[in-house]
Amino acid sequence: MRWKLLLPGGVLLAVIWLVSFVTNQPLKGIATEESARPTANLDESVQKVNSFFAKRWASEDLQPVPMADELTVLRRITLALMGTVPSLEEIRAFEQDSGPDRLQRWTARFLHDRRYTEYFAERLARGFVGVEGGQFIVYRRDRFLNWLSGQLEANRPYPEVVREMIAGNGLWTDEPEVNFVMAGYDDGEGFDKNKLAGRAVRAFLGQRIDCAQCHDHPFDHWKQNEFAGLAAHFGQLKLSPVGVREDGDLKFEVEDRNTLEKKVVEPAVPFGDEWEPAKGTRRERLAAWVTHPENRRLERAIVNRVWGLLFGRSWIEPVDDLPDPPGETIAGPNVEGAKHPKSLKAGEQDLLDLLGADFREHGYDLRRLIEVILASKPFLLESKSEVEDSQRLDRMKEHFAIFPLTRLRPEQIIGSLLQASSLTTIDQNSHLISRFIKLTRSNDFVKEYGDLGENELEDRAGTIPQALLRMNGNLVSETIDAKPFTASGRISQMAPNDETFVELCYLVCLTRRPAAEESNYFLPLLKQVRPNRRGQAVEDLYWTLFNSPEFAWNH
Amino acid sequence: MNLSRRDLLKAAFASGLSVALPGLDLRAAERRGDERQKSLIVIWLGGGASQLETWDPHPGTLIGGPTKSIKTKLPGLEIADLYPRVAEQIHELNVIRSLVSKEGDHERGSYLLKTGYRPDPTLIHPSLGAIASHELPNDRVEIPSHISLLGGQYPARGGFLGEMFDAFKIYDPSNGIRNLKARVGDDRQQQRLKALDVVSKSFQAGRRVQVENTLHQLTVERALRMMTSEQLKAFEIDQEPQAIRDAYGDTQFGHGCLAARRLVETGVRAVEVTLMGWDTHANNFTGHETQAKQLDPALAALIHDLKQRDLLASTVVLCIGEFGRTPKINRLEGRDHWPRGFSCLVGGGGLRSGVVIGETDTEPQTEQDANKSTAMPHDPIEVPDLFATILRQLGVEFDKEVLTPIGRPMKFSSGKPIERLMT
Repeated sequence: MRWKLLLPGGVLLAVIWLVSFVTNQPLKGIATEESARPTANLDESVQKVNSFFAKRWASEDLQPVPMADELTVLRRITLALMGTVPSLEEIRAFEQDSGPDRLQRWTARFLHDRRYTEYFAERLARGFVGVEGGQFIVYRRDRFLNWLSGQLEANRPYPEVVREMIAGNGLWTDEPEVNFVMAGYDDGEGFDKNKLAGRAVRAFLGQRIDCAQCHDHPFDHWKQNEFAGLAAHFGQLKLSPVGVREDGDLKFEVEDRNTLEKKVVEPAVPFGDEWEPAKGTRRERLAAWVTHPENRRLERAIVNRVWGLLFGRSWIEPVDDLPDPPGETIAGPNVEGAKHPKSLKAGEQDLLDLLGADFREHGYDLRRLIEVILASKPFLLESKSEVEDSQRLDRMKEHFAIFPLTRLRPEQIIGSLLQASSLTTIDQNSHLISRFIKLTRSNDFVKEYGDLGENELEDRAGTIPQALLRMNGNLVSETIDAKPFTASGRISQMAPNDETFVELCYLVCLTRRPAAEESNYFLPLLKQVRPNRRGQAVEDLYWTLFNSPEFAWNH
Repeated sequence: MNLSRRDLLKAAFASGLSVALPGLDLRAAERRGDERQKSLIVIWLGGGASQLETWDPHPGTLIGGPTKSIKTKLPGLEIADLYPRVAEQIHELNVIRSLVSKEGDHERGSYLLKTGYRPDPTLIHPSLGAIASHELPNDRVEIPSHISLLGGQYPARGGFLGEMFDAFKIYDPSNGIRNLKARVGDDRQQQRLKALDVVSKSFQAGRRVQVENTLHQLTVERALRMMTSEQLKAFEIDQEPQAIRDAYGDTQFGHGCLAARRLVETGVRAVEVTLMGWDTHANNFTGHETQAKQLDPALAALIHDLKQRDLLASTVVLCIGEFGRTPKINRLEGRDHWPRGFSCLVGGGGLRSGVVIGETDTEPQTEQDANKSTAMPHDPIEVPDLFATILRQLGVEFDKEVLTPIGRPMKFSSGKPIERLMT
């Protein structure tokens, strides 16, 4: 068989991969308090957001729910930034921290953790290049991820990062940002300029013009010819032995749907002509136009996306189909009748503009944007309410007068499962084996659980295979196994009494202590358990907690 | 705002009722003929089967290759001689020899031939089986009502109808179904579930409506019901008499087709059985010979068996892949992707039978003629029209407009039913 010949090569590749995995991710100390202080002068921005919501809630006649306790918020923060629940180690340290602004300091600390840069890079990458692995030879999503993760670690101004993705040249292995355009490359067809134009506008400007490739947008003003003009910016892309480059001689042709004749289309932008410089390659000009400070779509789009990643639900849904910025007058004949169904009411301020301007005025600092949102009132609210009227609840969710319940992504479920199998934090300092297990296991689990792909912010109910996987799956059973080195095993061995036993399981799995009715249920049961059956008891409790809705939902 | 959620809530009320009922309603499963709700079986030929080596042979022509043809029970219809047993049954179905599409890539072609729509970067359309199980719910079925057997790379999806309408994937039914067995004994399992109730209640405090809306509980209940359902017997094909198992052939695919019949009998709405291996860029002819050894007995037995049990009248059978293969034979004795003028079999479920639609060029004068990208078959049939036909026959309002989660109106099918196939 031919594949057997490939075996030695496969082993070699695996070894290379392992080695590069290790060297790529050297052990690092936990970010010190020094480097991980909250950004200065956050308060002013947070206040602006809070007063926006105070006004909004008043005008909508909504009463915000009370504030959530800080441990609940800590769970939200670690899930949002690192895709896992906090470890027992972290919970203990957090609870012992009695200084002021505890949550803000811990947020800053997580934002300097490699778990954040890696997890958040993957989330952002889904919007930028999707999830497909593509053709390995000419597309390296893994390199792109590493690069993006590096950008987050260095906290580079967002527009610079975007410009490199759109206008970058070179090999996809040396200059990983060019994978953005390589994601639109097909062996047989070459570069799909339409796909690239559609992707760039959706990813960076938060609007969908893809459909204008074939017909005019149903409610916005996009026209087919505007789409072609944008696509023409990718018209001089060329793949050469030195990778991606621009070829000034190439023409961009489209076929007229009626006459079937080909005609050359010159690059053009649908609005804001003055933002496009005359100089530079076509992609450089497009990049400059996309990231021009007056092009509010850029900041509005990233704010909406980051909001969505932090809350599990974007401010405007879907995350990449935003209405035009309020108050913007667009030159051109096509604006009449164009109205997004979610357009603002007259005189209403827009959250995306508010946070967008704040983001721009503070050097397009992504870390700071996250800190502002996480410190603002909507993020700190309870997810509970006395209100039982479905419609009113929906309105409260729409205006974030309550923290929305959202289903955890598969990566968050597996991240939490694995973290809950250890009492200490699984991060860059963990044993290589744990990290290796986390990496390989995660991929398998995400695949079996059902990867949400790039539409991961869409609201979805769970499926039966997911429930079966949580209840009966191999991985769950292995993680809850009470062995000497698993969390469950250690709890069953070391908990001095039944109260601590139950409390530890709850803290590790659900980041909270048991409620009275839960203790009242479990403690009498535990009394009947013979000492040699404590392992079983902890496994049963772990299983129960893993399968509870509370574990699988952000709250 | 979310269509799928509201829909499933409706289903939740319905199933709340059925939990109280005995699980398997034998009478429903026993019902036959007109009284029976329609089901769908899709035999998916993954990789793209050659029309020339299946239902549209052109022996003795420039494009025909070594494949010969045989007569069938349908006067005037000849198919490739690799299918002697299908030839005995094909008169129960219809043949379309002139399907046309613009998608010559596996992923895009599969998308079109499973959903009836071309890929759209802004939404995912539901597959035929997902639409059928969404529109024709059956509370009495405790196992998933949309099932995909033997996998393949692009199993049927629920798309904008929601992931719960994704086909439930079973890669090899004879190996058992993944994650279906509880990890602990019954006593411990019951205790775990009782405890789960306590923890869930605590989470519901102050979140009753919200948690109900997550449908978490419902999903878990349905999973538990499935784990202990008598209806899982539908997968136990070794319960069948040896003669029947022999007829389907002792192959994975044969087992899959037999399981499909048993599932439909149990009341499952839609089953997809995949046979991979049709992507014959090299050695097309020996490749199709191997494939036929699996497809011929299984498909013929399936039609025969459904007919015998009076299930064919209530079961639409569609045998199709993502595209056909080029008339031109390449240097490796292979045929490449060909979306313009390929074949499928469709019938049952009360459709007419014995209709042959379309014709591909029988005598292209030169190889260039045969491969001209403009070459169109006579009487071309667009994929959406085939889908409209099947949906209508299943009893689904095929041109019903539903709102996608982002509020975009979308018809289940954009095509028009092919009147010639309807009675």
